Amino acid sequence: MSWFVNTLGSSIGKKLMMAISGLSFCGFLVAHLAGNLFIYGGRDAFNSYATHLHSLGPLVTIAELGLLTLALIHVLTGATLFYENLQSRPQRYAVNKSAGGRTIGSATMPYTGAFLLLFVIFHLLNFHFVDKTHITIFDIVSKSFSHPAYVVFYVLAMIIAGLHVSHGLWSAFQTLGANHPKYMPIIMMLSLVFSLIVGIGFGFLPIYISLIA
Amino acid sequence: MTKTINLTLKVWRQPSTESKGGFETYHASDISTDMSFLEMLDVVNEKLTMDGKEPIAFDHDCREGICGQCGSVVNGRAHGPEKGTTLCQLHMRHFSDGDTIAIEPFRARAFKVLKDLMVDRSALDKVIQAGGYVSVNTGGTPDANAIPISKEIADKAMDAAACIGCGACVAACPNASAMLFVSAKVSQLALLPQGRPEAARRVTAMVRTMDRMGFGNCSNERECEAECPKEISITNIARMNREFFKAGFFSAVK
Ligand code: HEM
Ligand code: FES
Repeated sequence: MSWFVNTLGSSIGKKLMMAISGLSFCGFLVAHLAGNLFIYGGRDAFNSYATHLHSLGPLVTIAELGLLTLALIHVLTGATLFYENLQSRPQRYAVNKSAGGRTIGSATMPYTGAFLLLFVIFHLLNFHFVDKTHITIFDIVSKSFSHPAYVVFYVLAMIIAGLHVSHGLWSAFQTLGANHPKYMPIIMMLSLVFSLIVGIGFGFLPIYISLIA
Repeated sequence: MTKTINLTLKVWRQPSTESKGGFETYHASDISTDMSFLEMLDVVNEKLTMDGKEPIAFDHDCREGICGQCGSVVNGRAHGPEKGTTLCQLHMRHFSDGDTIAIEPFRARAFKVLKDLMVDRSALDKVIQAGGYVSVNTGGTPDANAIPISKEIADKAMDAAACIGCGACVAACPNASAMLFVSAKVSQLALLPQGRPEAARRVTAMVRTMDRMGFGNCSNERECEAECPKEISITNIARMNREFFKAGFFSAVK
């Protein structure tokens, strides 16, 4: 198995783990957003979606454990890459200019990533690890978003998530070697569209809930 | 009529690898705009020598943009502000009278400063020694056109082979990664039939050596591609990644 560890432990191997876990998160975001759209159907529609989801029982647990594993891989590998990259240039440049390659998204990956980790923990404590015996999920959500501070924080977090995937999505394809002159322009466009969908799609939900609450 | 300009230079001076360096200010007067950047440094050095001072040490050889010896970071850009240009081919007409120019060596943990602007880029040679070649048995000269290669593939291999190994990709990368250099060398051989027999062994050995030399990890920032004097494309990095995964997961190479 040393070949396996050697391959994944290399610089390109670590990037492979980032790409696969990151792409899986992008897939998760699509499913999560689709589910959240039930909020527009009102209280009963959203609550019944949540009940149906949880009636899947062990499947939900398996998905959650899968996401947790991917999160551990993504966060630990990302932290390792960040640390190694900090060390790769001990003496910094006095004057440093971009030649036009980097974007705000690409230059801030470790920082937006670290923020997302804190956000995900906060988000889970907020809506997942709460006692739901006497209150429905819709009421928990709408009570939270009646505080303007929550709305502002969540909207900000979703813009940051959009920034992270604006670089992350196409970067993952490049890492996987899925770079083709015919498809790369489409993938770049898809990254931009996807980051807007994440930013606006998730970001508008707290605003909508606070308006109807 | 030759136009001349006057410049203020802030140059990194460092007597040796171990010593601590710092910026020194010099005035470059009456610089012809027809001069190259290195010729401008020659003029400054001549004056320093006349004054009994130590001239600025910088790397150079061909001065025609093909050897890959020259290179410094000029105002925060590897090889200066012009796209697709080595420092020796950068002309002073791109600067204006009264400009202040900061000149620093390429910086990376894998590139030690030898003196002033000169850096030790032998880490790149180590990567080449690890596999950047094809093994050819002795015997009769093979017929030039015995192996058909399409124009498209030949062009791609040629574009990758345009890499002069100057190390600007490492200098420009926010992570000091050498992925563009290594991928150009891997691609140039992996694309051609002559390079295929050793492809898996080559990419594995070259990537492992690259990692050992202390370069950073690629995060697809694309600064390398934007700064490369030979405009090597990051499609080579994607190709190297494919080659590396193929070798790591599906070949017999351990
Ligand atoms: C919704 C959650 C997230 C999604 C959808 C996501 C997605 C992605 C994607 C697709 C990539 C690109 C991988 C590549 O370039 O090959 C990436 C890179 C990265 N992610 Fe995330 N990520 C998420 C959360 C996080 C978190 C919580 C952290 C850290 C605490 C993080 C840190 C990073 C870092 C540092 C990189 C850059 C790695 C590199 O290129 O060197 N991400 N992410
Ligand atoms: S001196 Fe040869 S490339 Fe500049």
